[in-house]
Amino acid sequence: MRQSHTTLREARPIETCRADFPALQQEVHGHPLVYLDSAASAQVPESVIQAVSQYQQHDHSNVHRGVHTLSARATDAYEGARDRLQAFINAGSRREVVFTSGTTESVNLVAQSYCRPRLGPGDQILISHLEHHSNIVPWQLVCEQTGAELVVAPIDERGQIVYDEFDRLAGERVKFIAVNHVSNALGTINPVKKITELARSREIPILIDGAQGVPHMPIDVTDIGCDFYAFSGHKMFGPTGIGVLYGRETLLDTMPPYQGGGDMILEVSFAGTTYNDLPYKFEAGTPNISGVVGIGAAVDYLSLLGMDRVAAYEQQLLAYLSEKLSTVADVRLIGTADDKASVQSFLLDDIHPHDIGTILDHQGIAIRTGHHCAMPVMDYFGIPGTARASLALYNTPADIDSLVAGLAKARKIFA
Amino acid sequence: MMNAHPDTSEDIRDLYRELILDHAKSPRNFGRLEDPTHTAEGINPLCGDKLRLYLQVSDDHIAKARFEGSGCAISMASASMMTDVVQGLSKSRALAHFEAVRERLTGTDGAINDASLDLGKLQALEGVRDYPMRVKCATLAWHALDSALRGQMTPVSTE
Repeated sequence: MRQSHTTLREARPIETCRADFPALQQEVHGHPLVYLDSAASAQVPESVIQAVSQYQQHDHSNVHRGVHTLSARATDAYEGARDRLQAFINAGSRREVVFTSGTTESVNLVAQSYCRPRLGPGDQILISHLEHHSNIVPWQLVCEQTGAELVVAPIDERGQIVYDEFDRLAGERVKFIAVNHVSNALGTINPVKKITELARSREIPILIDGAQGVPHMPIDVTDIGCDFYAFSGHKMFGPTGIGVLYGRETLLDTMPPYQGGGDMILEVSFAGTTYNDLPYKFEAGTPNISGVVGIGAAVDYLSLLGMDRVAAYEQQLLAYLSEKLSTVADVRLIGTADDKASVQSFLLDDIHPHDIGTILDHQGIAIRTGHHCAMPVMDYFGIPGTARASLALYNTPADIDSLVAGLAKARKIFA
Repeated sequence: MMNAHPDTSEDIRDLYRELILDHAKSPRNFGRLEDPTHTAEGINPLCGDKLRLYLQVSDDHIAKARFEGSGCAISMASASMMTDVVQGLSKSRALAHFEAVRERLTGTDGAINDASLDLGKLQALEGVRDYPMRVKCATLAWHALDSALRGQMTPVSTE
């Protein structure tokens, strides 16, 4: 098992890490920025910015190609980041860590490369009602292409997957399962280990959409036991345009390439092409090297803080947020699962979320409003959208106080 | 926490003016027409605003305008005021108002070139100029009007 970095180093108070994020040190509309939209995209610490800058200024070249010094440095930086990501999520092998452009591409890769060749009419793909569009539409596409059917497990009024129904729906025709680790709209933490055990006991491959899981808690793909785990750099304090697909090696080995191009080949002739080994088979073309450097630096940053401590700190923040929101009259919390990450959707009286968003923005408070790319979730609750405060490791109780004060102003304006 | 900073709640009232809030809370002409001559749907996917506009046009004039749907205060108020204003106008005058409102909200100088247009209450929407993310909410009903009068059948989207 991995040993947490925090046991090896002096633990740094997480309360102070806000200072590491340059973008948080600004005023918006005359107020200190209160950033409560990390579930959409998290801010980036100075160390990540520096790592990317250092790479661009000194080490940039193409990877896996040149014999010259810069190419060697770029390759080392790129492959070094892969090693750190492997350790970060406790993957069994670096061959199981594929760089993609983000969670969306990771899911599409699995849909097209794993499912499409295998599925046909009569087969089913099982997802939940809690999914982000990125974990719905790729499966709809592959269903259209193969004649397979998409089956959706229901949720309850607190925003939790109804496990018994999930169990019942995971029948013999189900050939693939995809669920998220944490709901971006509601913050629900799904019992992914339990769901994975169910899937594996029926020999159904399973993908976990971990975009909202990785920023909030330690991730151990070996412990979860899933076949695929997808996540994005920009949700975990790294750059946009970079993400990871963890895939079980025995499955990745059987999958055809997702895209053709450079780097994914061993030998090309017009008679045919020999594909490269894992993970390069799935990394066609010159990759997003600076993005990989950035996500690697984000892993370093999070490892120093310790994800177990981040998770504990965020649970305190979430408890404080719930407590404070409950003091605001006419607030309706949407998503009240037992097990939640620090994400809270809510409605305020009959004020449209978009109006709340504008009024809060005017006070320097950034929240997300709307359907959060999870329209089926909104349909379930019979609402067009919500206001959503999503907290990350750099938020503080003072941020929550600002939010609550801001909501009071919104109520005053609409009184 | 915010003591060191100016209270901007009055600023925001430039967007949420009393007239806007009044129309948002009690939208005029809300409902459907059973026998419309023109209809169009407007969708703003960003915030989920959705409305359907019904018009009864006779003799080239808009005799009745109604709308139904849901959305933010800006989109609802704008639809309410728009339907108020265009009733009784000729089609071309109504479209001239659309152009004037759009110019007012998105144009570089905000000046209305056509002095013959009396925008009246529509000027309450001016505050939206300072909120680029909200212009689409304010113009949604107007785009639906444009679409309805031009006889387009596909929903108009402000995205």
